[in-house]
Formats: sequence, C-alpha cells, structure tokens
Amino acid sequence: MSHAGTAHLETSTGISNKKLLMWLFLASDCLFFGSFIAAYLLYRDRSIVGPYPEDLFDIPFTSVSAFVLLMSSVSMVLALAAIQKGNVRGLRIWLLTTAVLGTLFVAGQAYEFTEFYHEGLHLDTNLFGTTFYVLTGFHGAHVTIGILILLSLFVYSLRGGIQQKDSENIEIAGLYWHFVDIVWIVIFTLIYLVQP
Amino acid sequence: MTLADYRKQHGEPLTEEDEHSGGDTHHPSALEYIQIGAILTFVTALEVALYYIDMNYTLLVTMLIVLSLAKFALVVLWFMHLRFDNKLFGILFASGMALTFTVFAVVIAAQHGGLV
Repeated sequence: MSHAGTAHLETSTGISNKKLLMWLFLASDCLFFGSFIAAYLLYRDRSIVGPYPEDLFDIPFTSVSAFVLLMSSVSMVLALAAIQKGNVRGLRIWLLTTAVLGTLFVAGQAYEFTEFYHEGLHLDTNLFGTTFYVLTGFHGAHVTIGILILLSLFVYSLRGGIQQKDSENIEIAGLYWHFVDIVWIVIFTLIYLVQP
Repeated sequence: MTLADYRKQHGEPLTEEDEHSGGDTHHPSALEYIQIGAILTFVTALEVALYYIDMNYTLLVTMLIVLSLAKFALVVLWFMHLRFDNKLFGILFASGMALTFTVFAVVIAAQHGGLV
C-alpha cells in the first residue's frame, strides 16, 4: 500500500520534517516518563505511613482501563487505514471512537484518583502518593491532550479539511496516541502488576 | 528535491538508504491491525491471569516484563510503523529509550549501593 500523504517530499533527507519532529519529541518524552517511573520505583517502598499500594490498587478495574486504552490504539490505526484509502467517513468514525475510548480511560483515572483520595492517599501523604499521582497524573494529562488533538482532527474533517493526501497528519497524531499507549503498557506492568 | 531524486535524474545508482527514504512505505491492512489488537488483548489477559497465580516472585516479575515488552514491541513496530518506516525514526526512538534505560540503571545502582 502506498503512503499517499508523503508521496512527494521536498526535504533534503527525503523524510517528512513533521514526522521527524514528532519522533524527536517522543524520544525526549521517553526520558520524561522514564524519570518519573524510576522515581516511583525508588520511593514506593519508603513510605513510613500508609496507605500503601497493596491497600489501594484495584487490579481488575485497572486491567479494564488498560484494555480500553489498548483498543483505542487499534481504533486509531483503523482511522489511519481509512483515510489512506480515501474513506473520510471511516476516518471520522474511528477518530471519534478513539476519542471516546480515551475519555473513558481518563474518566476511569479520575474515579481511581477520587477513590484513593477518600482512602487517605493525598499528594503529600507519603512518597508513594507523591510519585504515584505525579506519574499517572502526567500520563492522564498526555491522554487528555491526545483527546483534544483527536477532536480537533474530527472537527477539521467535518469541515472538509482532511483528504487522502493529508493522511500524514493523522499518522502523526497516531504516533502521539500510540506513545501514550505504550507508556501505559509499561506503567500497568511496573506500577500495578509488579508489587514488592 | 531529495538525494534519491537527484541520483535518479543524473542516472546515478540508488543506495539502500535512498530506496527506504521515500514516502512509499508499506502499512499493514485493517485486518492485520485487528489481528494485532487481538494479540494485545490476549497478552494483557495473560498478564492479569499471571498476577493472580501463586508462583515464584522472580519468575512472575520476569514473565510480566517479557509480556510487557512484547506488547510494547507490537505497538511500536506495527501501530507506529517503525518496522516499515525510515530507519532514522527507529534510531531516534531507540536513542530516547537507551537514555531512559540509563536512568533506570543509575537509579537501581544507586539504590543497591545505598546512595539514595
């Protein structure tokens, strides 16, 4: 299948500058999340007052959230596949599906934070609370920004602004969305499933 | 004009990099994407099932990390198209990951050394 959006690139490298910029951003964002995850792993056992992770984590609930975010990645690639075939209606359906799934994930995170807060875990309660809220909060912020990007693309497509030749813009938005997904894959395993 | 275009115009032989630098990259079909989604779902279910099985802690952690890496690789290689796209993107992302693992290694070393 040819990639319609980048058929005639006018750059000295022959690759899209926009795509290159997104990959550079994602590479730098790796370090951002890597630092937060390392800080969490370093400090989670050093809290001198509760509540502790094993008192709060609801694995079945978080598993459903992880599944929802994974499925949003599938709908995102289906949006890309649709526009690469010139199917604008399909693009809109899958973009909206991805945004809805992302919103479900953020809503689940908001519910989880509220539950933890009522259980007594605040940002300044202990080292677990500080590192957990900062890490997962920043991830939630990334997902929220992703939803805004998706909705912007959806509205833009309704105005006729996205055609088959513009598929690279959808691919770049998809790169961001999948990155948010792979960060959660790591968080779900290292923070939720692997407990000391 | 790209270097590949210049070489084509002047009848010069294309390098391997030229052949991969253009925009004509193969992307998987919708069916392939759905199949990968099904695999990701299965692996996630397996991870959760392992969490509830009473087994050796080291073995459990190793299995969970291996499964997580498999999911990570599937998304990066297929959904983010690194398997099909220009190698430069992969090098950039791998550099970011290498820096991240360096941070992890330093943190773990510092923790074991009693420095933090």
